[in-house]
Amino acid sequence: RSKQWYQRRVRGIAKFAFDYAREHNRKKVTCIHKANIMKLSDGLFKACCKEVSEDYPMIEYEEQIVDNTCQQLVINPQQFDVMVMPNLYGNLVSNLAAGLVGGAGVVPSKSYGENIAVFEPGARHTWMEMKGMYVANPAAMVLSSAFMLKHLQLHEAGDLLIKAVKNVINRREVQTRDLGGSSTTPEMTRAFLNELDTLYKNQ
Amino acid sequence: VVSTQSTGQTFQHYFKQINLRTMLRRISSPAVSIGRAAVSTSAVPRTKYGGKTTVTLIPGDGVGPELAESVTTIFKEMAVPVEFEKIELNREQMKDEGSFDYAIKSLKRNGVGLKGVINRSADFRHHNLEFRGGLDVYANVVRCMSFEGIQTHHTGIDLIAIRENTEGEYSSLEHESVSGVVESLKIITQEKSMRIAKFAFDYAREHNRKKVTCIHKANIMKLSDGLFKACCKEVSEDYPMIEYEEQIVDNTCQQLVINPQQFDVMVMPNLYGNLVSNLAAGLVGGAGVVPSKSYGENIAVFEPGARHTWMEMKGMYVANPAAMVLSSAFMLKHLQLHEAGDLLIKAVNNVLNKRSCLTIDLGGNASTHDMTKAILSEVDLLA
Repeated sequence: RSKQWYQRRVRGIAKFAFDYAREHNRKKVTCIHKANIMKLSDGLFKACCKEVSEDYPMIEYEEQIVDNTCQQLVINPQQFDVMVMPNLYGNLVSNLAAGLVGGAGVVPSKSYGENIAVFEPGARHTWMEMKGMYVANPAAMVLSSAFMLKHLQLHEAGDLLIKAVKNVINRREVQTRDLGGSSTTPEMTRAFLNELDTLYKNQ
Repeated sequence: VVSTQSTGQTFQHYFKQINLRTMLRRISSPAVSIGRAAVSTSAVPRTKYGGKTTVTLIPGDGVGPELAESVTTIFKEMAVPVEFEKIELNREQMKDEGSFDYAIKSLKRNGVGLKGVINRSADFRHHNLEFRGGLDVYANVVRCMSFEGIQTHHTGIDLIAIRENTEGEYSSLEHESVSGVVESLKIITQEKSMRIAKFAFDYAREHNRKKVTCIHKANIMKLSDGLFKACCKEVSEDYPMIEYEEQIVDNTCQQLVINPQQFDVMVMPNLYGNLVSNLAAGLVGGAGVVPSKSYGENIAVFEPGARHTWMEMKGMYVANPAAMVLSSAFMLKHLQLHEAGDLLIKAVNNVLNKRSCLTIDLGGNASTHDMTKAILSEVDLLA
C-alpha cells in the first residue's frame, strides 16, 4: 500500500478546511499529522496546510501529532474547533469524536467534490448483524438528509427537520438501542414526524 | 516478497527455514515465559555483579531527564540493587553517530533499559524507531487500568494494548518519486505478524486474560491488514482457551470512547497501536500515569506509555513522574526484584488514588519533586 500525495489536492483540502471555517465562523483550524515519523508524506501534508493558513490571517492555525490528538480527544475534546487531516487519521478521529457525542446513530456527515455533494452518516458502519430487524437509529441518516436539503437551498425544510430530530433526541422519550432504549426505527421515524407536526403548527 | 532494513539480520533462530506451525508448537511449551523477554531467562544477558544489576538509563529529551531523576532518587532511597548506566541521548548528541551506537550496544549487553523519549534529530534519522528496529524490540505492551483517584468519564477499564513495534506504517520507507508526490510504504510481514500474535496470546495466557481482539482495517487494506489478521487468526487456533475476535479500527476508536470496558487484550500493527494506546491512556488519566513495557527476544525496555517529550515544559519540573516510576517498577519485577517492584507499584497507586499530590495533568500544581516525595513517603508507610 502506498500513500500518494498530490500537493495540489492537499492544498485543496486545506483550502476547503479554511474556507469552511471562515464560512461557519470558526476560530481555529488544527492540522492533524504524524510528520515526526512520516517525514515526507505527512511532512508534505503539514507544509501545505501551513502554506494555505497564511492566506487566512483571521483564523488561528495549529498543528498536532495524531497520537496526542487521540489522547486529547478523550481528555479535553472541547479544545478542538476545526480539524483537518489525511484519510486514515480522519477515519479514526471522526469515529472517535462521533463516539464522544453519542455514536454512529446520531452523527451525520457531508462530503464534497468540486461539483458534487454526498450526504451520509458520519461513522460508516453497515451493522450487518441487525439487518432487517429495524433497530438502528435513523437520526444520523435523517440529519444527513436535512443537510442535503439545505445544500439544495431548501433551508426552511432542512432547518425544521434538524430541529425536530434534535428535539426528539434531547427529550429522550423515544430512544433506540444505541441511546439506551428499545424503540424501533419506525418508532423513531414516527417521533420525528410528530415533532415536525408540532413545530410546523407552532410556527 | 518484502525486504526491509529491519527484518533481515535480526531473525536468526526460529523463523528462517522452519515451518512456522512446527516452530509455534515448539515454543508453545510452558517453559517459555513471556512475562520476561519471550525466551527462557537463561538466554537473557544480565550485567549482574555482587547482587547488583546494571541497566541502561536513557533520559531522553524534554521532561525526560526530570522524570529519570525522579526514578534515580527513589531507587537510591529504597536502596534498590540496581546500577544505572546513564546514556545522555538527546537532540544535540544525536549528531554524533557514536553516542547512538553506544546506546544500542549498552542496551544489547545489559538486556534491560529504562528510557524517556528522544526527539528526532535534525538529520532525518528517527532514533526511537531505530532503537526498536536495531534491537528488534518488537512488542510494546501498554496496560490501561482505571485509577480510583483519577476522575475520568469511564471507570472499570483494564485493557492491554499490544502493538507491533518494528514494521507497519512506521517502516520509514518514504520517497518522492515525482516532485510533489510522496509515497510511503506500509510493510506487513507474515513473520512479524505471527510473532506479535503469538506474543499477544502468550501474554494473555500468562496473565489470565480471557480475550484477544485483533484490530485492523482489512476491509480497505486487504493485503497488508488482511495478512496481519490472517496471522492472528491462525495463531488463535493454538489457544482454544482464549476467546479471539477481530474489530475494524475505526469502530474500535468509537467503542473505546463509548464502552471501553469491553476490551481485554488488543493486538495490532504499529500505527493503530500508537493511536489506540494513546487513546486508552487518555481514558485512564493520560501520559503522566500510564507505563509501558517493550520486549524483544533478548531485551526489555521500560518507558512511559504515551511517548511525548513535552519540550515546552523542559526544566520546569511540572511533569508527572508516575508513569516513569511505574515503568521502573515493572523493570524491577522483570529483574525478579518483585518485593521492591510491588511495593513501588502500590505506593504510586496509593498516591494517585488518595489524590494527596496532584501535578498539572491531574488538575493540581504540584511539582515533579513533590510527587517524588509523596511516592517515597508512601513507600515508607507501606514498608
